Amino acid sequence: MRFIDEFRDSSLAGALARRIARLAEGSPEITLMEVCGTHTVTVFKHGIKDLIPDNVKLLAGPGCPVCVTPTHYIDKAIAYARLEGVIVATFGDLFRVPGSSSSLEEERAKGGDVRIVYSPLDALRLAQQSRDKMVIFLGVGFETTAPLVAVSIMEAKRRGIRNYYVLCAHKVMPPPMEALVSDGELRIDGFLCPGHVSTIIGWGAYRFLSQKYHIPCVVAGFEPLDVLEGIWMLLRQIRNGTVQVDNQYRRAVREEGNPKALSLMRDVFEMADSEWRGMGVIPGSGLTISDKYRDYDAETSMEVAVEPLYSPPGCICGSVLRGVKSPLNCPLFRKVCTPESPVGACMVSSEGTCSIYYKYSDQI
Amino acid sequence: MKAERILLAHGSGGSLSYNLIRELFLPRFYNPILATLADAAVFSRQGMRLAITTDSYVVDPIFFPGGDIGSLAIYGTINDLAMGGAEPLYFSIGFILEEGFFLEELKVVVNSVREAAQQCGVEIITGDTKVVPRGKGDKVFINTTGLGAVREGVELSVERVCVRDKIIINGFIGEHGIAVMSQREGLEFDTIIKSDAASLWGLVSQMLEASQGLHLLRDPTRGGVATVLNEVVGGRDFGIRLEEISLPIGEGVLAACELLGLDPLYVANEGKLIAFCQPDEVDPILAAMRRHLYGREARVIGEVVANPAGKVIMKTRVGGTRLLDMLTGEQLPRIC
Repeated sequence: MRFIDEFRDSSLAGALARRIARLAEGSPEITLMEVCGTHTVTVFKHGIKDLIPDNVKLLAGPGCPVCVTPTHYIDKAIAYARLEGVIVATFGDLFRVPGSSSSLEEERAKGGDVRIVYSPLDALRLAQQSRDKMVIFLGVGFETTAPLVAVSIMEAKRRGIRNYYVLCAHKVMPPPMEALVSDGELRIDGFLCPGHVSTIIGWGAYRFLSQKYHIPCVVAGFEPLDVLEGIWMLLRQIRNGTVQVDNQYRRAVREEGNPKALSLMRDVFEMADSEWRGMGVIPGSGLTISDKYRDYDAETSMEVAVEPLYSPPGCICGSVLRGVKSPLNCPLFRKVCTPESPVGACMVSSEGTCSIYYKYSDQI
Repeated sequence: MKAERILLAHGSGGSLSYNLIRELFLPRFYNPILATLADAAVFSRQGMRLAITTDSYVVDPIFFPGGDIGSLAIYGTINDLAMGGAEPLYFSIGFILEEGFFLEELKVVVNSVREAAQQCGVEIITGDTKVVPRGKGDKVFINTTGLGAVREGVELSVERVCVRDKIIINGFIGEHGIAVMSQREGLEFDTIIKSDAASLWGLVSQMLEASQGLHLLRDPTRGGVATVLNEVVGGRDFGIRLEEISLPIGEGVLAACELLGLDPLYVANEGKLIAFCQPDEVDPILAAMRRHLYGREARVIGEVVANPAGKVIMKTRVGGTRLLDMLTGEQLPRIC
């Protein structure tokens, strides 16, 4: 397929692998974090780790939106799904994430009305078609999803649809990256910055990381050659001692990002502190629905009683999300925690580190 | 969290379905024939080797590009017989109809059943009809049971699979799943992707004539190629190594999968077979397959290896390797 095959070419991949090996030769261990879950998928799905030298470590970061959403949010979504006259609409990834005692999948099997949609606009359509129901869309995701959800809220207002609500847990990416480098728990020598998020926020958004924290950053695409080139560009910065933000994903990402999408987000959302699974509350890392659109905010419009929080013992999702532990360090991995009966969120989402290890890696 | 109720994922053909069968059904119905868990049960009676298989069809929508629930109910069951090396002979058919289903649509479905049966030379010799109240079913569900005969000397079983066996597929993968999905979700692509639903008995019969070196046949329906290969290696002292570069995947399916975030290796097929054969018999088998309409694109996609045992691994196009696991969760409910 055009524009896909070119980025999976084995001879080019081999050439990049040789360049990477030359740059890494003789160097002490280098730890690079791929922030975005989709990058982790590429790394494992294409066997990228086989192509890079042992002293270059790739670490999966907190870039799986479903994984970083705290259990309390899932419990609230479940509580809404149990109410009469409510339809909960969600992207498929969230459907199977375990809450404290149930999941949306279980709730549907018990008779709750939970629908999987591909776009918040599908949820809006659902609201229009089911005027006697309240449709709650689960707004989870980073800057890539938030603009679309913003559009659905603006459209609801414009068309006078009053039975559409968003349970908003949107998050933004740069603050947790800063939290990771500033708390010092982990040594990160470079960030492979998230390509999709960067199409919205622009590569300029990471400049503070290179300037303030002296961390090399490269925005990379999602094909195997993109990731390999991204790694090579990071090693080049490390080798040359230059610290900046490089843009490997030039075919999609500009310095300023997507101004239209950013302005939609600014119109509908406000910056807020937000809780991340495993990382706690990170200042300014979340989005809430602004006062102008508060009628569409599920939380302010509809009170619901949420069950007490229960965290399964032994689950190390939090440490996996911070990159300090690998799923292989988890006593539950593959034994108790599997994609069929997941204990933690990282085993559910296709972008979750545990699920990726389970699916693509034959290490036990 | 262990599921307390049946989830849609129990019907995905992936590991939840597999566990349900192994843990709930098999121990209660146990007998040596059932225990093979083959696509068709092969047994001998009064000097005859017979095969029987049953399958229920709940595909949504009932009409999709390249077929409908009627022809699928014939082809799917024929293919299960064919995977046992059995020539399909007689069928039973059961219809579960929903109150309010249009008679005109039922006629189209029944005509499609008839045409498919005639074309494949099978006869429907018994049947059943039930109607359920509106909302308790969805238009029409069909069950077919097929009886077939296995020729002397034909022995297809996982017990015959050996290290170094070559693995062959007869054509492009993922077409049925994408055809149904794109119809259901109203997705439009430049070229319509048609289901590959077809009877494979003609092709299998040519393969059996061409070589004694066929060890095992499986059809990668629900759960796709990856899941079926995992079923083959599960608990065995051999594994499978696939070559990503050899996998036949059409442009349309590839594009749709990229767009929808699906892996074509897990997407359902209804006209594909995977053959395990002795390495020195690959040429005559491939030649026989390529002479048949449904085998023109036949090719070797991998081989049986000693290590890692019990696993399916794939050499990727860029030169790495990765594990191919069973389908987990629900990819596309009601695909067949």
